[in-house]
Amino acid sequence: MIELQGIHRKFQVGNEAVHALQDVDLSVQPGGYLAVMGPSGSGKSTLLNIIGLLDRPNKGLYLLDEQDTTELNDRQQALVRRHKIGFVFQFFHLVPRLTAAENVELPLILAGFEADKREQRVQQALTALGIADRARHRPDQLSGGQRQRVAIARATIMRPGIILADEPTGNLDRSSGKEVIDILEHLNQQGMTLIMVTHDPELGGRAARRIQMLDGYIQSDTARKHEGI
Amino acid sequence: MKAFDVIRFSFRAATGFRTRTLLILLAMAIGVGAVILLTAMGEGARRYVTREFTSLGTHLLVIFPGRSETTGGPPPLLGETPRDLTLDDALSLKRSSAIRRVAPIALGSAPVSWRQRSREVTIMGSTAALFEIRQLSMAQGQFLPAGNPSLPAAVCVLGYKVKSELFGNTSPLGKWLRIGGRRFRVIGVLTPRGQSLGMDMGDLAIVPVASAQALFNTSSLFRIMIQASGRDSVLIAKKAILGIIRDRHEGEDDVTVITQDALLSTFDRIFTALTLTVAGIAAISLAVAGILIMNVMMISVSQRTTEIGLMKAIGASGGQVLRLFLCESAVLSAIGAMLGVMLSLIGTWTSLRLYPDFPVMIPWWSVMAAIGVGMLTGLIFGVLPARRAAGLEPVDALSRR
Repeated sequence: MIELQGIHRKFQVGNEAVHALQDVDLSVQPGGYLAVMGPSGSGKSTLLNIIGLLDRPNKGLYLLDEQDTTELNDRQQALVRRHKIGFVFQFFHLVPRLTAAENVELPLILAGFEADKREQRVQQALTALGIADRARHRPDQLSGGQRQRVAIARATIMRPGIILADEPTGNLDRSSGKEVIDILEHLNQQGMTLIMVTHDPELGGRAARRIQMLDGYIQSDTARKHEGI
Repeated sequence: MKAFDVIRFSFRAATGFRTRTLLILLAMAIGVGAVILLTAMGEGARRYVTREFTSLGTHLLVIFPGRSETTGGPPPLLGETPRDLTLDDALSLKRSSAIRRVAPIALGSAPVSWRQRSREVTIMGSTAALFEIRQLSMAQGQFLPAGNPSLPAAVCVLGYKVKSELFGNTSPLGKWLRIGGRRFRVIGVLTPRGQSLGMDMGDLAIVPVASAQALFNTSSLFRIMIQASGRDSVLIAKKAILGIIRDRHEGEDDVTVITQDALLSTFDRIFTALTLTVAGIAAISLAVAGILIMNVMMISVSQRTTEIGLMKAIGASGGQVLRLFLCESAVLSAIGAMLGVMLSLIGTWTSLRLYPDFPVMIPWWSVMAAIGVGMLTGLIFGVLPARRAAGLEPVDALSRR
């Protein structure tokens, strides 16, 4: 259960303070499917980063499974990211010198899994995503769709409860983009909470719940009654 | 995170960025190697000179006629001529118990001829004691016989070079040759030994001191070489020499006594200074290599800020990121340092093959210092930028280009 209360995030750009998020309240139930939409600069990525503990709010309360995350130290936050959250980026962010399998293995290494258990898990994940034959390829030998699938395998290898996807199809062609969305939705059907940032209305329309952001505010939320009034 | 995985990850990173890895290894190897090599050469030079001096003999004192010191006071009204050192002076020195051996030396130059061949050669007049004092050794025959030094004898010992120039391959033992018009019988040949203290022991002929004095028609000695009875008695011997000579020279201190230890310690100081200079050069080269290592490390780690951001995003704590980079720097620095040590070993080996007389030796402290400083620089500047990146919020690290 994700619960944001009165979240503020501002950046200092030169002399000007940019309010990326202002007084954001949001709660997402486990297993939910949420699309965050809005024009660029509306704060949707910042919102996702704060939910994923990649960024800290300047003000406000963020409860993840009833735990106040803003009070956690670096190590505790790392543990939450490792076990509860999987992140999928627009630019994949694979480590270029490592093979697909080694990229997927990284979170398991950080968690201290035994080597044989790691191999088994990585094999499973790659097979499930249909890229088992690409396990020994480096990212530059993979297509965009394959890279994103490797990234999804890495994000889900620890079986987190939440998948955060920041424009996961932004760098992909239409057909591989659709495949990636299918994979993410399939994971959602298995019970993972899926929060996806997108500015594509068609993609957003597939989500069970959509929020529209503008200038750091949540402008509309399909889960709220009397929206837009 | 398991230790083995940390090490494996470090090796993957090292092999993943080949150019960077090569640069770091090169910087490290050159730095460490240069430091060790330079200090090895300094140490070699020091040992070379020390060896030259000990080849003179041990617990040695040399007496020269005349004063070399200058003292204050008005100049004497009459010119003060130093008295000559005589053979009797030398023989009287044996009275002191601190003195084990005395070798008077008369020196001159005379033509040496055998059949049709003739050469101008340094003639050294001495006694049997010279053999022990200068630690000579014979290639053929024997050295001057012990006997009354005041009596001349018609025997001579040849340096190796003189022997081969006059006699070629034939044995000179028992042959009679002429030295400045007198006839001498060859009784021995010295082994080739090279120069020592500017005197070529191969290019001379040694005759009994009384014969040499007769030859050059003089009663004075060039110098007297003395071996003290032990290391501790060198100073006592010096005092005894000065006392005896003063008594014999009507109360005048008109000789100069130089102890080998004094010479040695002077040169030791000079070469300690030289070694320190070389160590200074080494330190500078280490600093240069350190800065090179620093730059390569800083740039390469800064380029990996995105990777550090990613590692944090998938659940690495700042501490884990640091451990990974620390291990990576340690692996690179250690391999680089090892290469450097190997480089210096190859260098000294080559030097020893090319110049076997020059005893290059790697002092252990320079190896320690070189490896220590190299590793430390590598570690610090591998970890410092990683620490900065690990301290960033993951999203800031990720968006860094």
